[in-house]
Amino acid sequence: MYKDLKWKIPLILGVLLGAVWLSYPLKEKIALGLDLQGGMHLVLEVKVEKAVEASLDRIADDIKRDITEEDLEVDRVKVLFSTRQVNIRMVDNLDLPPVKTILGNYPFLSMVSEDSDGLGLVYQMTLDQVKQIEQNAVSQGLETIRNRVDQFGVSEPTIQAQGENRILVQLPGVKDPERAINLIGKTARLEFKLLDEENSLQKALAGDMDEESEILNQRIVDKETGAVTKEAFLLKKRTVLTGETLTGAEVRFDSDFNEPYVALNFNSVGAMIFQQVTRENIKKRLAIVLDDNVYSAPVIQDEIAGGRAQITGRFTSEEARDLAIILRAGALPAPVIILENRTVGPSLGQDSINKGITSIIYGGLVVVAFIAVYYKLSGIIAVIALFLNIVLLAGALAYFGAALTLPGIAGIILTVGMAIDANVLVFERIREELRIGKTVRAAIDAGFSKAFRTIVDANITTFIAAVVLFQFGTGPIKGFAITLCIGIAASMFTAVFVSRTIFDGTMSQRKLDKLSI
Amino acid sequence: MKIISSETHFDFMGKIKITLAISGLMILVGLTSIVMSGGLKYGIDFSGGTLVQLQFKTPPNIEEIRGGLKSIGLGESTIQEFGTKRDILIRVQRSEEKLEAVGSKIRNSLGKKFNKQDITVERVEMVGPKVGSDLREKALLSILYAVIGIVIYISWRFELRYAAAAIIALVHDVWVTMGAFSLFDKEFTLVIVAAFLTIIGYSLNDTIVVFDRIRENLRRKGKNTLAQTINISINQTLSRTLLTSGTTLLVVLSLFFFGGEIIHDFSFALLVGVLVGTYSSIFIASVFLVFLDSRRRA
Repeated sequence: MYKDLKWKIPLILGVLLGAVWLSYPLKEKIALGLDLQGGMHLVLEVKVEKAVEASLDRIADDIKRDITEEDLEVDRVKVLFSTRQVNIRMVDNLDLPPVKTILGNYPFLSMVSEDSDGLGLVYQMTLDQVKQIEQNAVSQGLETIRNRVDQFGVSEPTIQAQGENRILVQLPGVKDPERAINLIGKTARLEFKLLDEENSLQKALAGDMDEESEILNQRIVDKETGAVTKEAFLLKKRTVLTGETLTGAEVRFDSDFNEPYVALNFNSVGAMIFQQVTRENIKKRLAIVLDDNVYSAPVIQDEIAGGRAQITGRFTSEEARDLAIILRAGALPAPVIILENRTVGPSLGQDSINKGITSIIYGGLVVVAFIAVYYKLSGIIAVIALFLNIVLLAGALAYFGAALTLPGIAGIILTVGMAIDANVLVFERIREELRIGKTVRAAIDAGFSKAFRTIVDANITTFIAAVVLFQFGTGPIKGFAITLCIGIAASMFTAVFVSRTIFDGTMSQRKLDKLSI
Repeated sequence: MKIISSETHFDFMGKIKITLAISGLMILVGLTSIVMSGGLKYGIDFSGGTLVQLQFKTPPNIEEIRGGLKSIGLGESTIQEFGTKRDILIRVQRSEEKLEAVGSKIRNSLGKKFNKQDITVERVEMVGPKVGSDLREKALLSILYAVIGIVIYISWRFELRYAAAAIIALVHDVWVTMGAFSLFDKEFTLVIVAAFLTIIGYSLNDTIVVFDRIRENLRRKGKNTLAQTINISINQTLSRTLLTSGTTLLVVLSLFFFGGEIIHDFSFALLVGVLVGTYSSIFIASVFLVFLDSRRRA
């Protein structure tokens, strides 16, 4: 019987050493969850429908251009976003057949109907195409955000798609959440637009506005008070140049006022367009618009060749740096909104760790003291098993790379309570067997074997609940579920197998007539 | 050392009416409280909204905070102390989908009345309404799945009637804990659902210990009736039921007193759950086992 000890003791020691090796030093081996180390957890939703709308807008422009290039006179090309339709109106009904031929080049549009007056055609974007655009918007968005975060410099960020159109971003230890949110979430659609200087802004503000124009604001934040003022600009709707042609963006400092600005470089196509626009519009104002917010609207002094431009706007150097990062990483294909934001500051995280450890220590001490007094020497064995249990738990957490969270600490505390439960069940059973007159050895045998099944049955229900919790939970909750699962498994090993081995080991040394239990 | 004598002969089955009355009363009080307060109180995880935890250098005047917040129009907000007088928890119904960080917005709005440098944003939790309803659904489903899993397991290891009795005890525990939550005006959050799932798992521990003993005693086929066998079994396992719950209660108490404010409601739920779970293992589960058995024979 005690021959088993020959492999049991080395096995236990091996497991113990393995767990220590895996988890030592704790600070390096066990990852902390965002709630303990501080950090930010964001769930973003990509407004994929905006990407579809943008695509429809571009298609309408392309169709208009294609038709005009064929020397046909187009009345208008109108987009109906709700039905994803493009309505093409011609002036002459003889032009419809050639238009149909042109539309043949747009395989992702299918014809829906012809207007009853014979002057118009209605096309609709296919569902496959819509799906494709939506998927691209999410995957490109993910890529862009990853680029931005990489340049921002956060260690071990998590950026992944979640569901159909959500993106999960986790930034451990981020110091300035506001900056991070701005950096991640800005669409960063950079557009250059000419000011509409022929019409009056006052009239436009009163509602009398040309169809080709729009009003956009410049948002000015007072650095002292944080107060926001807005200045309206009347712009021509047509975008002359976008950020897509950018090849670089970096922070420079104005030599006169030492104010930071962002210097832009365009590729050859962009440079050409920029040169042409500046040449044709000297003494006019060109607005630099980012996400529908006017940054500046300088007067074009001269033709600008070489594809360089700059964005000024009373930035702090941090703001300028972040803007440069966003522009370099590129625009998001569709805007994002924040669905969920959980941010914990580093000091609160540390506070949680301290309190968690305090409660483990106090809870542990009370339980250990109680069990040692109540079951005497046998109680000490239970305490040894309990200690081993915690070491195993740490080892397993390190092995699975599971992050320790505040609820996870609570899971450890519960494990301490439950591991003792298993010992109590065994010891009570042993006492019972002793009472009916069994010898010490027989009582230990019977106690362990009879209690074993009960322990398994009793723990499995908690285990089932923990597994379900793991499936549904996020972040901190998952951490709790993992510690609970591991803790239950480890407690069955320590309370049954290890305690038993220690009992057997003691028995093999000397014959006991009385058991200290 | 012993706390409970090994030879107790309490007549648990004879006190059925009293225990049922107590349980009925607990559930009734809980339900009344839930109905009176217009349903369960959802935290922002489920209702959507924003929660900001601030730490001030010196204890602030809550009315002044309220005044400061008004200027940014966040809608209805609750402001309360969180653990200490310097820690303030602000909850607003609205969730901000835009990119402005709510935490610093609130901090800025307080800048007029307080020195901004004296305020630290410790925690911000914002949950949009869409995520809120998703999480609500997930939470309900997870509780359902856990219960189904447990029913399957217990019916496999024992018999269906044991499973039925266990589930009745479990529903009882969850109801009473939920009532206690409503009574103490505590909010339901994700972490609380985790606590409930743990209670669901753990409250069965003791029940199973008793069931196991009942099964063992039934195999011996004495001339006792089922009710008598159950009574004997409960008495035989009484000391371990109380001991195991006692040790778990000790650690949960430690968590409750030392674990800090953030996890306070969680440990409260566990505290109530462990207590009620122990009670129901002794008084409720077995009672229904007899009840289900008598129905089967009738």
